[in-house]
Amino acid sequence: MRISAGRLDFKELNKRVKAAPGNVEIEECYGQRFIGSGLSGKTVIINGTPGNALGAYLDGATIIVNGNAQDAVGDTMNDGRIIVDGSAGDALGYAMRGGRIFVRGSAGYRTGIHMKQYQEKKPVIVVGGRVGSFLGEYLAGGLIVVLGLAGESESQSAPVGNFTGTGMHGGLLFIRTEQALENLPAQVWAQDAKSTDLEIIVPYVNEFAEYFKMDAAEILQGRFQVLRPNAKNPYHQLYTAN
Amino acid sequence: MEKGSHQHHQQEGHHQESRHDGQQQESHQQENYRQCSQAPMEGLGLMGTPMPYSDATTAHGGLRIPSGCAISGIIDRTGKRMSGERIIQSISVMHDRSNGLGGGFAAYGIYPEYKEFYAFHIFYNNLSAKRECEEFLEAHFDIINLSKIPTRKVKTITDEPLIWRYFVEPLQTKLADSQLNEREFVMRCSFKINTSIQGAYIFSSGKDMGVFKAIGFPEDVGRFYKLEEYKGYSFTAHGRYPTNTPGWWGGAHPFALLDFSVVHNGEISSYDANRRTIEMYGYKCTLLTDTEVITYIIDYLHRRKGLNGYEIAAVIAAPFWQTIERMPREEREKHEYLRNVFASLLITGPFSILVGFEGGLMALNDRLKLRSMVVGEKGSMVYMASEEAAIRVIEPDLDKVWSPRGGEPVIVGLDGGESEWL
Repeated sequence: MRISAGRLDFKELNKRVKAAPGNVEIEECYGQRFIGSGLSGKTVIINGTPGNALGAYLDGATIIVNGNAQDAVGDTMNDGRIIVDGSAGDALGYAMRGGRIFVRGSAGYRTGIHMKQYQEKKPVIVVGGRVGSFLGEYLAGGLIVVLGLAGESESQSAPVGNFTGTGMHGGLLFIRTEQALENLPAQVWAQDAKSTDLEIIVPYVNEFAEYFKMDAAEILQGRFQVLRPNAKNPYHQLYTAN
Repeated sequence: MEKGSHQHHQQEGHHQESRHDGQQQESHQQENYRQCSQAPMEGLGLMGTPMPYSDATTAHGGLRIPSGCAISGIIDRTGKRMSGERIIQSISVMHDRSNGLGGGFAAYGIYPEYKEFYAFHIFYNNLSAKRECEEFLEAHFDIINLSKIPTRKVKTITDEPLIWRYFVEPLQTKLADSQLNEREFVMRCSFKINTSIQGAYIFSSGKDMGVFKAIGFPEDVGRFYKLEEYKGYSFTAHGRYPTNTPGWWGGAHPFALLDFSVVHNGEISSYDANRRTIEMYGYKCTLLTDTEVITYIIDYLHRRKGLNGYEIAAVIAAPFWQTIERMPREEREKHEYLRNVFASLLITGPFSILVGFEGGLMALNDRLKLRSMVVGEKGSMVYMASEEAAIRVIEPDLDKVWSPRGGEPVIVGLDGGESEWL
């Protein structure tokens, strides 16, 4: 079913998305919030610019965005997939607890803030380009991969901002860069990814490459650094000195 | 927004008195507002403040909630003038970010036929305020032209004050007597009216620009003022979601002083430190909202201290010391100097602002980027908004779109123009 969103109110749009019997394709989307919130069992394709909190509490549905997404994509998402063929705003995957998010371009500040995992629930975020500061802030679980494929030239700087992993106490961050990662907080322990580490991300890089028609093997050849919480020093200077 | 609290407020004239019953505890911030509010706002549609927390959105520890005020700005770098229709379209997409308690616009290049004169936009509560204010104006200025600002009836906008516009220039004798430069003279006259003439409030005082604001959703405010009939080279817009401060006509954004104007989404954690500092330099916080302190800080740093937009950003949204430490020497020393000299003007807490000025626009986020800001370019046009959708709705096919980093200003001037901001 096709829905032309235009200037439709977000409540009305979401009602129609939920009521549609099968998959939905939204045209001319202009900032309607909460699209696909709590949704399961269907695919929603969005052409345009979906509003904040796209796929909040998503529970198994697939959302595909042909365009850029705004802030808080996949907020507290539980299951399903969000594929953004463009860039995403701040707080991508905020408090996410399951499912996968793939962004071809870049993402904003606080990507994966407060992500967590429990037993079989392991959320995954793969960002093709760069991310802003506070990547994986307060990370408690799950996996975030930043590929540094798009955006500013890789030779200038690592594809992350400042204060990566501040307050991190679980989960894994993989960053694909030839650059040294500077200014990491004391709670974070960084090293070059070993082949056993890389095995963890292979299926997700493959999935990313498949969606955006890229060469996974080529991507995986780059230097990856893996960041883990530093178990020896978990709460030292938890927040940054101002 | 109970009627009772509204009336109560009118009797008392102090913000802190307008809180609902049952909210007995007074936070530090409310205390501050009370101290700095020698209110000129009685009768200008002041409503009770709904809740004792702050102007815009975060409720817990800096994690953002996708709501809050909305801001949008447009500039054509060639200086070509466009109708106000586009900025109304843009801000209306973000309708849900505001709650109908304030909307407004700043428009630049709209009065070319009077561009030599200061354009005062004034709210009057009643005719006696108007009479008193006009006496003051006549004593200090040549009034070149005066008229009601044209409005149309809009269902959702009610209780409007009298809204007048004056094109003026300072009386040479008064100006010479004052031993002030012209802009300082105009600013002081405007403060004088706003603090001493009850029921009169100058909300716009620049040349070849104007502010249009009201209680209402921004798109309704635009229709109310017939903004589509004005033509300017740049516009900013604001949709307000007041939380710890009252929604009243003067409290709507933009806040303007001479030719520059500020629209703001966020709340200032450092409000009182900033207020105490800026009041030492002769500014008076009278408007019951944290945004005015940003306006005065920018005026102080730019007009009085001669800082450009990038230097202002390095003061109010300064990088962390540990970021400064890693900068190359020259840059590091500059940042250290600015942070040390203007330490009390660092603004903490979440904000995104747009500053309009003669010949340009500036966008800035707080250093932690706790509010959103998207910038888009298409040919000579530059768009800045809280949400990308607000840009796409008026320009679907952008050449470039990006989110500036926290504390990283985006400053756009007119082609070939020279601005002290750049």
